[in-house]
Amino acid sequence: MSPRAACRLETVGFAEVYDYVPGKVDWLAHNLPIEGENADVPKAGRVARNDVARCALTDRVGEVRERIARSPYRFALVTTPGGVLLGRLRRSALDCDPNLSAEEVMESGPSTVRPDTPAAELAKRLADRELRWAIVTNPEGRLVGVASREDLERA
Amino acid sequence: MPTGIALDGLQKLIAGGAQLVEVLPEGEYVEAHLPAAINIPLKQLTVQTAGVLDRERPVVVYCWDSL
Repeated sequence: MSPRAACRLETVGFAEVYDYVPGKVDWLAHNLPIEGENADVPKAGRVARNDVARCALTDRVGEVRERIARSPYRFALVTTPGGVLLGRLRRSALDCDPNLSAEEVMESGPSTVRPDTPAAELAKRLADRELRWAIVTNPEGRLVGVASREDLERA
Repeated sequence: MPTGIALDGLQKLIAGGAQLVEVLPEGEYVEAHLPAAINIPLKQLTVQTAGVLDRERPVVVYCWDSL
């Protein structure tokens, strides 16, 4: 739709016309502000907290275990230096050689949700599956944070 | 031919004063739109309706997604 609109504007004399190809869904999924009737509907991206323990692929399990102990969660998330989510390390999986690397024990590709997922909808999905947290990433796979069911229900 | 842009390009254009136009139907615009965007649904896009835009500034149009 937008390519046709952009061409139409050119035909009526506009010299500098651009088409934001990924569209509104991309803007919403990046947790960016919106206007309109739904602007105040709580979303996962606004509820998510950035307090989860993070680590790199090469970090040692022993160090990660300590970071998890200091965090509110039972897991750590493995990311690239640019923040792209690669995996999850559950605390229960870290009772092993502390010199192993995160890469050797992580679960690859944990499930994630987009920041524009409505909080109430996500809270219900988590409750239905008896889950406590959802990992929120943007369309490039960068970690936004972790949304707890409790926070989502309160939002 | 209009230039396709991604989010980083859009943000640079907004910072430079570009005008944003959502071309989806009015109901979708009312629910949610990008900050400061105006609504000219594609079916209503004419010389007259485009007259609200400043011809001296870049214009960025968008719809829901790339499909």
